[in-house]
Amino acid sequence: MRYAETGFNLEVDLTRGNIERVATDPRDTELYLGGLGTNAKILWDRVPPEVDAFSPENLLIFGAGLLCGTPATGCNRTIVSTISPLTRLMAFSMMGGFWAPELKYAGYDKVILRGKSPDLVYLWINNDKVEIRDASHLQGKGAIETAELIKHELEEPRAQVAAIGLAGENRVYFASIEQGRSSASRGGIGAVMGDKGVKAIVVRGTTDINIAQPLEYIELCNEVMEYIKFRNENPIKWVEPVLSVLGSPQEMAIHDEKWHTTNFVWGNARTRRKDFWTEDVATKWMETLDSMRTRLISCYNCPMQCGATISVPGLPTYMMKCFSKLTYTMAAFSDLEFGLRIAQRATEYGLDGFSTPQVMAFALELLENGILTDKDFPEMPEDNEGRFYYLLDKIVNREGVGDILANGTYWAAKEIGKSAEAYAHNNIKKQEQLPLKLSMMNPIYFLMYCTGEKISITQIEGQFPQGPFPKREQREEFVKDWFQVPDEKFKQYFLDWELRGENSIPYYPTVEMCCDIVDWQERMHYIDDALGMCAGLSSFPMKPPYHIHNFPKFISSGAGIEMDEEKLTKAAKRYRTLVRAINIRRGMRKKDEKPPEDHWKHRFPDLEKDLLDTYYKYKGWNDEGIPTKESLNELGLDYVYEDFVKRGISMDSEDASSNDASAEKEKE
Amino acid sequence: MTGEKKKKTIKTIKINIDKCHGCRACEVICSAFHASPKYSSNNPARSRIRILRDPLRDIYVPVYAGEYTVAECAGRDKYIIDGKEYDECAFCRASCPSREEFKEPDSGLPLKCDMCEDEEEPLCVKWCPADALVYEEREEEVEEEVEQGELEIGLEVLVDKYGMQKLTNAIGRMSGKD
Ligand code: SF4
Ligand code: SF4
Ligand code: SF4
Repeated sequence: MRYAETGFNLEVDLTRGNIERVATDPRDTELYLGGLGTNAKILWDRVPPEVDAFSPENLLIFGAGLLCGTPATGCNRTIVSTISPLTRLMAFSMMGGFWAPELKYAGYDKVILRGKSPDLVYLWINNDKVEIRDASHLQGKGAIETAELIKHELEEPRAQVAAIGLAGENRVYFASIEQGRSSASRGGIGAVMGDKGVKAIVVRGTTDINIAQPLEYIELCNEVMEYIKFRNENPIKWVEPVLSVLGSPQEMAIHDEKWHTTNFVWGNARTRRKDFWTEDVATKWMETLDSMRTRLISCYNCPMQCGATISVPGLPTYMMKCFSKLTYTMAAFSDLEFGLRIAQRATEYGLDGFSTPQVMAFALELLENGILTDKDFPEMPEDNEGRFYYLLDKIVNREGVGDILANGTYWAAKEIGKSAEAYAHNNIKKQEQLPLKLSMMNPIYFLMYCTGEKISITQIEGQFPQGPFPKREQREEFVKDWFQVPDEKFKQYFLDWELRGENSIPYYPTVEMCCDIVDWQERMHYIDDALGMCAGLSSFPMKPPYHIHNFPKFISSGAGIEMDEEKLTKAAKRYRTLVRAINIRRGMRKKDEKPPEDHWKHRFPDLEKDLLDTYYKYKGWNDEGIPTKESLNELGLDYVYEDFVKRGISMDSEDASSNDASAEKEKE
Repeated sequence: MTGEKKKKTIKTIKINIDKCHGCRACEVICSAFHASPKYSSNNPARSRIRILRDPLRDIYVPVYAGEYTVAECAGRDKYIIDGKEYDECAFCRASCPSREEFKEPDSGLPLKCDMCEDEEEPLCVKWCPADALVYEEREEEVEEEVEQGELEIGLEVLVDKYGMQKLTNAIGRMSGKD
């Protein structure tokens, strides 16, 4: 018997309308775990680098995490993987909510879509009955609206629906997939779903998920619950309120937005408003949130209530989570009411709440600076908020200039020309980032921004405090019950970290320490993404209930795979390297690994070079960021090595210099 | 022994629908606890509590499985509470022929909340993070009755479905096989 996982994937060929239930190899689970790990393996095996995002050969994989559907609190992530139209690299976006456990109960670990349906369809998975159904009546419908219509039509209020809106149908490069109170937003995976002609995947399941060692497992679950209670009663001191608690940032619960509104930048990621948060604003925003937030809600089997139902007067109710609360507001220099209002439409359209507002602000900046002109925006309203609605509709419908903007700032700037590229200044690897402009380069974040394969900073950080605490006593108190560290040395790194002087940023933590810290943080995220664990209870906050010491036990007793810390660390490294290999094969190199140009005011080129070089070595990559032959062999990824050789991708350092030269050329 | 008065502990669970946030943790733990061996599997469809969850209408109703019923109700009322419309079925605890709730998904046999028999506190209460479920005990004088066991409830359903004769025949055949 297979434990925790079902042992079956659903393979759907949309071109031929063929559906197959395929048994998977348990050895793959041992090597790559589930979720992201085995998703990456499938993409490597079956999607060669010649395949574009919008090719029928591209796969769109919905993978439930290995432990989804078991009683483990907060384990509910669906990891959606494909080739991104935006970055042209591998995208792996996660969504919480209720979909992944339902898929497990229906008897599948993954849904793998290939080919393209000639007409718009939806997939209806009801235990072992699976059908492709006509969705022509759902064309142009909102993502939430679609879910409601389908549940009604199937008379299945308990079905879980992952759907795209009009943005996905029209292949907007930053289209999302929406599902209940969650969404998989980054990398434009909604566009790939639209390109495949799939409006929604609907799941309902009533079969069992088995546990290998039930009593051990439930004991672990109870411990986690106890610890969550403890942490709720003992928030971390000396940090921002959003960082002191568990859960994905509790944006729906908190009223105090001083930190975000005065530290993050407004408009097209340019303008700091240090004095924005006044008492008047605080009162008004509190009234707005309190009057429009109906209820705080959780994902499946989780107590944290990170999302909310939002009812804006005159608009249908929708669900919101995290930072989309502020992104539209800040891009448009407006207020919270506007933000909550426009997010309703944007959610129905199915759009990434990070990229979309930035693309719109970018368009207006181009207009202000004469690179685009009034002719590009016929009949655009005069007022700022009206313009945002106007742009939103133009982008989603790919009308006029909206057709260009729908490809994101990087590709739009290329197409517009006339130095528009200078305005697409907040990207990493072609994807829009959190609008942060800071003064001093931070070495830990520098590495995460540059080398993160997720290409989204918010999904790499966590575990290690974002800054030093002012007093030594505070730091001593913090490390006292910091049992989540994989090694005692991390406590010392933190104890010695000062706000000013020798042991302060950017030269402390030292380059070596930064490598350790970044690697630890990243490892935890990769483990979460394979197990289907919410980062909000694991890799994202400090002192979380799940950590490197209890995860192996969860895997052993839950999935019946013998596991210890070392083996788990190696597995995570294996599929992390595989994700990189996919991207390397698609042309990603060192030249792509840099933070947004003006992210930090004070830069340190020598230190940055040292950081990157040292980290590459630390990870077992050569000077170009390509995994070396030795590291591939050690991880059992010899097939990657062979493929690299066949394609003429060099893993020796000598060749890296010639690659450097080509990177230089591109700069010129 | 029926007809005699006896002190009995009545176990109740108070449900606060304003506090429920629809996480379904209660369904998870109930189904895991009732698996055999205990916790060896889980499947919310086998849970003896269900959450009627409709976030867009702000409806969250936890309901415990009650008695099995042969026939569905003839008419169903609508309730409007705090401006939200509920079907009578939303609050109904019966395992009834017209819906799939409170039935073993494979056999169709009815499920009934047993208050987690040997546990100190019902597990759904323990696992509800929002305190939407609150356990209460009170002593009451009751007429003693023979409790219907799960097996009997199951048999009753089979009798309803196939008739007593067919069932005894089947059991006869099966015992003859031994
Ligand atoms: S912590 Fe928040 S985001 Fe994570 S599973 Fe729980 S409710 Fe969902
Ligand atoms: S009291 Fe026990 S049996 Fe009844 S619903 Fe709750 S967990 Fe299930
Ligand atoms: S565990 Fe509590 S909050 Fe969660 S669905 Fe059940 S009753 Fe509601």
